[in-house]
Amino acid sequence: MLQSDLDRLRDDIIALAERYGRERSSLMPMLQDVQRKHAHISDYAMQVIADQLGIHPVEVYSVVTFYSFLHHEPEGKFVIRLCRTISCEMAGKDRVARQLEAELGIKFGKTTDDGRFSLEWCSCLGMCDRGPALLVNDVIYTQVTPQRVHEILEECRKSFGIFAPQAKEVH
Amino acid sequence: MKAMHEGPLTFAEVKADDGLKAALKESRAVVIRQISDSGLKGRGGAGFPTGVKWNLAAAAKADEKFVVCNADEGEPGTFKDRVILTDFADLVFEGMTIAGYAIGARTGIIYLRAEYTYLRPHLEETLKRRRESNLLGEKILGKDDFSYDIEIRMGAGAYVCGEETALIESLEGHRGEPRNRPPFPVDTGFHGRPTIVNNVETLAWGACIMAKGAEWFKEFGTAKSSGLKLFSVSGDCERPGVYEFPLGISIAELLKEVGGEGAKAVQIGGASGHCVPAKQFDRHIAFEDVSTGGSVIVFDQSRDMLAVAKNFMEFFCEESCGQCTPCRGGCPVLLEGLEKMERGVCSATYLRELRSLGETMQLASKCGLGQSAPNAFLSITEHFDSELLGRAPTNGVEG
Repeated sequence: MLQSDLDRLRDDIIALAERYGRERSSLMPMLQDVQRKHAHISDYAMQVIADQLGIHPVEVYSVVTFYSFLHHEPEGKFVIRLCRTISCEMAGKDRVARQLEAELGIKFGKTTDDGRFSLEWCSCLGMCDRGPALLVNDVIYTQVTPQRVHEILEECRKSFGIFAPQAKEVH
Repeated sequence: MKAMHEGPLTFAEVKADDGLKAALKESRAVVIRQISDSGLKGRGGAGFPTGVKWNLAAAAKADEKFVVCNADEGEPGTFKDRVILTDFADLVFEGMTIAGYAIGARTGIIYLRAEYTYLRPHLEETLKRRRESNLLGEKILGKDDFSYDIEIRMGAGAYVCGEETALIESLEGHRGEPRNRPPFPVDTGFHGRPTIVNNVETLAWGACIMAKGAEWFKEFGTAKSSGLKLFSVSGDCERPGVYEFPLGISIAELLKEVGGEGAKAVQIGGASGHCVPAKQFDRHIAFEDVSTGGSVIVFDQSRDMLAVAKNFMEFFCEESCGQCTPCRGGCPVLLEGLEKMERGVCSATYLRELRSLGETMQLASKCGLGQSAPNAFLSITEHFDSELLGRAPTNGVEG
């Protein structure tokens, strides 16, 4: 990371600490905001947050690693979370999962080399009457069929702009 | 924004803020008595009497108190809170405001699960509108001694945070690991202050009860489980969705309503609930019989109950917080047992040992998650043992 990037991250965190207050209960909102803006919570970010809140960085690390929506490794621009709980399983999540892996050329738990997509399992998304369900970042998709997977991914790819190179198909 | 639900819901009939207006005309003690008289019990699944909880928090002496709305709906098969927050957010905030008035709190917090982040703009908008109408903020509806506001806090993807003390830990910026109880949150909760944690649906019913009266609520349900309840129905039925039924409804009646007759089994209460086989469909859904937070998952004759049990155990292995040994160590052992059955190499003796381990987990785990984690395993191995033992190994792999 460039020094200027680190400085920017540091400034962001200080602004957040001022906004939420320098107390332990501000930790979760700060982590969530840092992740939203910087795609993950790096070691450096954890150190700065710990300094701001007056706690040990290990405390921050222990919180980050506890919650499945917080990450200390870089994530893709789009994080796709497919529900693997019972109702979605009965509605056919396995085929959707296979199609996602085929379209992206990665396994669950991985991020594409171009850093665009991460693929993850998640527990019940509360869409049990309309499974299989998946989240793309904060957006929910229900009754997803293997045929629709390509469509959903294309929608994401559009956000990279018309000049962005098309993702290479991996077979 | 509209969510789907089947059939009419009482929440749609209650006039906006009638409950809050009625509550603010009464003293705090009268509001709590009305909630107690209605017999309302926690709609998240635990079934603790709401009036008792409010009364304990109201009686506690402290400089600050908190109302927390538990919108960390993570139980597999449950989605009623999503529908309530989508269609009746005002009613939930109204219930939170009434609760705040009743216990003497100035701050309400809604803990919204990360999976429902898409609801946040809608909820922020609703809160803003309520502030502008003086339904939140300083001196609410001209009441001099009542100021109250609500903030939204986000979860980060942990099922265990639905447990009230884990939720408070998370709000305080810690790992979502449940605390020992006692002390209970009603005297030592958020920041060590008296705190009530109520489910989304409980708070919405609280507002309805203030608007329509305790007697109206008690007309529905049974003596020990009064009132109406929302059910989230999914799985093998013709009309899945959110339904409103009085508590005490039999499983057979419910299945008829949702088009799930002919089911082989029904999971009541989600992963932490119980699997009820067809021969017991005359049982009633109520706190005194089969208890539930509203999750109903229907399995038809074609379903492999071993796969169902395995899915539930995988869920608990993933979601156990890892703090106490019975749950952290027990869940993977039960899952391995199911995998043995899948390969056809589990002896009846070993199954008996696994069941005994499950019973130990129920007794020895620290929180509700660990205590209920073996429920699905125990009920499925009890009712469907003929399906589980002596199976031919699938995909040709010998154990």
